[in-house]
Order: sequence, then C-alpha cells, then structure tokens
Amino acid sequence: MTGTDLLWLVGPPFLLLNGLLLFIAYLTLLERKFAARLQSRVGPYRVGRPHGWLQPIADALKLLLKEDIVPALADPTVYNLAPIVFLVPAFLMYAAIPFAPRLALADLQIGLVFVLAVSSLEIVGLFMCGWGSNNKYALLSAMRAVNQIISYEVPFILVALVPAVLAGSLRLQDLVDAQRGLWFVAYPGLGQLAFVAFLVTALASENRIPFDIVEAESELVAGFRVEYSGMKFALIQLAEFTHLFGVACLGTLLFLGGWLGPGPAALGPAWFVGKAVLLFLLVIWVRWSFIRIRVDQILGLSWKVFLPATLGLLLLAGAVVAARGGGGV
Amino acid sequence: MPDPDARAVIELGYGGNERLVMNMGPQHPSAHGVFRMILTLEGETIVAVDPIIGYLHRCHEKLGETLTYVQYPSIASKTDYVAAMTAELCYVRAAEQLGQIEVPKRAQYLRVLCAELQRVASHLLWLGTWCMDMGGALGGGATLFLYCFRERERILDLFEALTGARLLYGFHQVGGTRYDLPADWADRCRQTVDDVEGRLDEYEAMLAGNTIFLVRTQGVGVISPELAQEVGVSGPLIRGSGIAYDVRRAEPYSAYEEFTFDVPVEAAGDCYARYRVRMQEFRQSIRIVRQVLDGLPAGPISSRPGVKSVGQVKLPKGEAYARVEGPRGEVGIYLVSDGSTKPYRMKWRGASFSNLAVAGDILPGHKVADAVAILGSIDPVFGEVDR
Repeated sequence: MTGTDLLWLVGPPFLLLNGLLLFIAYLTLLERKFAARLQSRVGPYRVGRPHGWLQPIADALKLLLKEDIVPALADPTVYNLAPIVFLVPAFLMYAAIPFAPRLALADLQIGLVFVLAVSSLEIVGLFMCGWGSNNKYALLSAMRAVNQIISYEVPFILVALVPAVLAGSLRLQDLVDAQRGLWFVAYPGLGQLAFVAFLVTALASENRIPFDIVEAESELVAGFRVEYSGMKFALIQLAEFTHLFGVACLGTLLFLGGWLGPGPAALGPAWFVGKAVLLFLLVIWVRWSFIRIRVDQILGLSWKVFLPATLGLLLLAGAVVAARGGGGV
Repeated sequence: MPDPDARAVIELGYGGNERLVMNMGPQHPSAHGVFRMILTLEGETIVAVDPIIGYLHRCHEKLGETLTYVQYPSIASKTDYVAAMTAELCYVRAAEQLGQIEVPKRAQYLRVLCAELQRVASHLLWLGTWCMDMGGALGGGATLFLYCFRERERILDLFEALTGARLLYGFHQVGGTRYDLPADWADRCRQTVDDVEGRLDEYEAMLAGNTIFLVRTQGVGVISPELAQEVGVSGPLIRGSGIAYDVRRAEPYSAYEEFTFDVPVEAAGDCYARYRVRMQEFRQSIRIVRQVLDGLPAGPISSRPGVKSVGQVKLPKGEAYARVEGPRGEVGIYLVSDGSTKPYRMKWRGASFSNLAVAGDILPGHKVADAVAILGSIDPVFGEVDR
C-alpha cells in the first residue's frame, strides 16, 4: 500500500474524529449559553473573555488533571472498559453519516440500519458502567436506563424507517436525494407526526429531560456514573453529547433534508451542520423547559402510546408508497 | 405509620416482593432542609415511611426563656426563616396580648403589608424549589427556580430598604414596628407588586397547561379532609382539601378585618389543588398589599417607641396564645409570663411541624418520585419543624 493510500485511509477518520471532538466540546458551550439565556442569566463568561470561548478547553483540562478514583471493590476490567464501550459507538455512528452527497467516511447501502444499530450499542456501555461500579444504586440506575432506552429504541427505529419506506432505500444519501422536492417533515400529516415521534423517542433514548429519570436518581441516590471521576467521567459525558448530536444529524438526514438548501452545492455541509445544530438546540430548549416524567409514566407512554403510533405511521407510509405505485420517489 | 418490622430487619432485594429499606436524607440534593425519611420500598412503591426530624433543633423554646421580650423577636425570625415576618409577628402579638398593649393603626397596617409581601416571597420560593425538585436541578425545574428567585429578589430588595436585612428582619417589636417606610418605598412597592403579578401570569401559563406537570401533580398526595383535621394541618394544605380555614378570617388580627380578600379553597386535596391554592394566594396577597398602600394612615409606628434597654418591657403574670396565618399555615406561640422581663415558658406551634406529620400517612402507596413532589407541596421549613 503506497503512502498516499495510507494517507487516504487514515486521514479522513482522523480529521473527522478530531473535528468532532472539538465541535462537540463547543456544543457543550452552546448548551450552557443557551440554557443561561433561557434562565435570564449569562452563562460561561470569564474563561476566554469576553464570552467564555475557552470554557470547553478549560473544562477538558480540568477533568484531565483530576484524580482518577477507582472504587476498591469495582470490577477493574468492566469498570475501566465501560467508558470506552460507551464512547466508541457514539463516534462510530458518524462513519456512515454523510455531510454532503459524496462526503461520508463510508458509503453504505444500509447506512440507516448501520447507524441505528451502532447507536443502540450505547446500552452495553451504560450497563457496564453501572455493573462495574459495584454500587447498588449505580446498578439500579443502570437497570432503569436500560429499561427505558430499550423501551424507546423500538418506536425510534420504527419511526426512523418511515423516511426509508417513503424513499425506498436504506442508503442515507438516497434518503436525502428523495427530499429534493419536499422534505419529509413537510409531508402532510405523516411527516409532522413522524418527526414529532422521532423527537420524543430520541429524547427518551438519550435520557434527556423530560425522560431523564436515570439522572434524576441523583434526587435520591446517584446515577450510573456516580463512581466515575476525572477523564473517565469526561469520556462518558462526551459520549452522551456525541450520541445526542449524532441523533440530531440523523434527524436532519431523515426529515429535514440533510444538506439541501438554497445556494451552491458547496454550502451543503454548512446547511447540514446548521440544521443538526438547530435540532440540538430544540432538544436543549425542551430540556430546560420541562420537569421530568415519572418512570412508570415514561414506560407506559412508550409501550402504550409510541409503539402503536409508530407502527401505525410505518403502515401509513407503506400505504402512501403503495398508493403512488411502489418504488422510490 | 412506621413499620416496626421494616426497621428491625433490613431485607435487601431488587424487586419482586422483597422489600428494600432506603434512607433518604438528611442531606439530599432535592433537600427542603434537613429531613430524614426511612422508606420501605417494594420495587418503586413506598410501603412505609419513617420520618425523622430534629436535625435543625436549636432550642428556640429555651432561648425564649432566656431572652427578654425585646431581644427575642429578632430570633423568632429564625424559626421559619423563609417567612420571617410572620414568625416575628406571632411572637410580638403574643406578648402584646399578654400585656394588653395597644398597637397604633399605622403599625398594624405596616405589619399586614409586610406579612403579605412575605407571603408572596415565601410562595415564590416554594414554587421555585418545588419545580426544581420535580424537574431537576439541571433542567426545566431550574429554569422556573431562577425565574421565581428573580422576582423574590425584588421583594427582598424592598425589605432591605425597609429594615436593612434581606432574610431575617427584626422588624417587629412589642408595641408596633421598629422601622417606618422610607420616602419612595411605597412607589417601589407598587411597581414591584405589579411586575410580580405580571410574571406570575407567565409562570402559571408555563405550568398550568403542561401535561407533564399535571400528570405529576394531579391525584398525587391526596389529603382527605378527615385526615387533614385529624392530623391538624393548616394553611394551603387544609384549604387544598376543601376546608376553608384561614386564621385571618377565623380570628382576625392586625387590622385584617379592614381589607377585602378571598380565601382560596380547592376540594381535590392533591398536590395540584395545593398548587392552585398557593397561586391564588399570591394574587390575594398582592390585592391586600395594594389596599394597605392606598389606605396607610399616618401616625406613630409603635406605642412603645425608643425601646433600647433590653429590660424595658415587663409583662404582667398570665398566659396568652397568639396565632397568625403564615405562608405555611397556622403559626402559634403560647407565652406564660411570671411578671418579669422574660417569659417563664414559650411554646412554638410550628405550622410545618403539623403539616409534615401528614407525610407519614399519605406517602405509602406512591412511587418514590412522588415523595419529592408531595414533600414539596407540603412546603416544610425545618426551622419551624425542629425549632
């Protein structure tokens, strides 16, 4: 293998990973600023005057320098591997996400399935965190998280398939191409319902308010990441944010037309990132506006409302496709 | 009622019919103060509750015996530190009742003014902390918490201009009040109250139509009227259960009979009913404040002005019980005097103490997450509970 081949093999993933890391770090600043403005305050201000621009760097440095406390009775293998197992699927999702028609690390024919499957692997890492901590409350919290996430992954996947059915393909580039005429979110009735269902099930799969009963464990005891400190904690937080942004990117591809937008085609990635950030802002807005739902109500909502609803939406999408004569758009 | 078996034997389990005994407090992130509950859980459901208080006991009743009638009002505010004005008011009323001391009209109006402003400030704190308990310190609850505290700060600024202190005032004294209104205070007060009322409409809009909020509070923590009367709860708890009892109407004090206001009552008895009662109380308090400011008479602010020496108030032998309608309920003081400058015995009837007693009866059967919502709607302040 020649040098340039090696460069092409290693370079793009390297660039993507590092770019993502920096971008996600600054997304945390965005969340803090946005939340602050919602609450009539300013947010990070001093680090990197005048608007806290260096805050994420400062946070990363701080967490790197913190003491790494490992509980004496924790299972060392599971405990130490868990943040990595939690982090890797979050980043792996981006391998299949296209930022522009030909700007994807891996152009998969089953891109959608790959992204959904990989993002579901987060559960394993989460449970390993809870198990490896050797802490009764961490384990309880992890079990609840698994319960909730699995309950919501099913309707999430079903509703993510609605655009695939409408477009007739599982390849993410094809999904966006199918939206050249009309974004899927604009499809009358079906589009909006599917988008809302996507948002809610995504929020619940991410343990975000109003579904964050897992983190609300801190009201009584502590969440699954209680025993993690320093860089491992940072990795867990990073993984959660990366996963959340990844789901926002997926939502953009599925419903909001991906890189489609007025202007030259070269602006595509900018549109894509812009729309994903808007979705992310919507998630933050919801987080800082609502109180949380009780855990039995969350699960009831999933199985009694969202599963039938998303099944119905999928069937409706199939009916629409059959009515217009089958095949893709 | 505490389950004696639950305390004697700890059975640890993770579901099924095995019971888990869990300790909540005295320090917990959604703390309403230092309060410990030993919960016996079956899965997610609370089966028994053993509440343990006393972590904030500071011997107020003993302090009352060692401090004179001039010294103690400043300390009285530390029982219900969130609603200090009503706590002080209760004590000085008891002393005045004992000594048959007249209070000038202006002082009575000022007392009403401060008591009602304090009610607004206290309820703002209740709303903020309750939503934060239910919603998370990093989430929607925190947003409402910061909004409520922003309004509360405006009222505290008013109190600071009036008395010099933000939380524990030392405003009342036997015979009247210690401070009079500064020059532009009345206008500032009117402005503040108008702003707070406008913002309250926004907060109600944010919560009242929110399904999540309704689902978390309706049907949760129902106190039946019979239970309410049996345990002796007062304030928004009893008015939320359908019984229209307000000390300001039952036994009017401090010129309350001269003001028109409604006493909100809701019949449902759940957390949502108590929320509605308090939200309406906001508006009624603002109504009273406006009436006071409009009708404030001129005159002295104390019938015993210039009380500087701590031994200057001597009350005749006897006993008296005075009660006020604090934001949390009926606060009462029972004073027994032996003719000297200090009481022989002082007993506090803390509103939160009786209100909290109902927790042991209504918590079983609810989920753990409801415990926080219910405690928040009871709105205990542990200075009052433990004294």
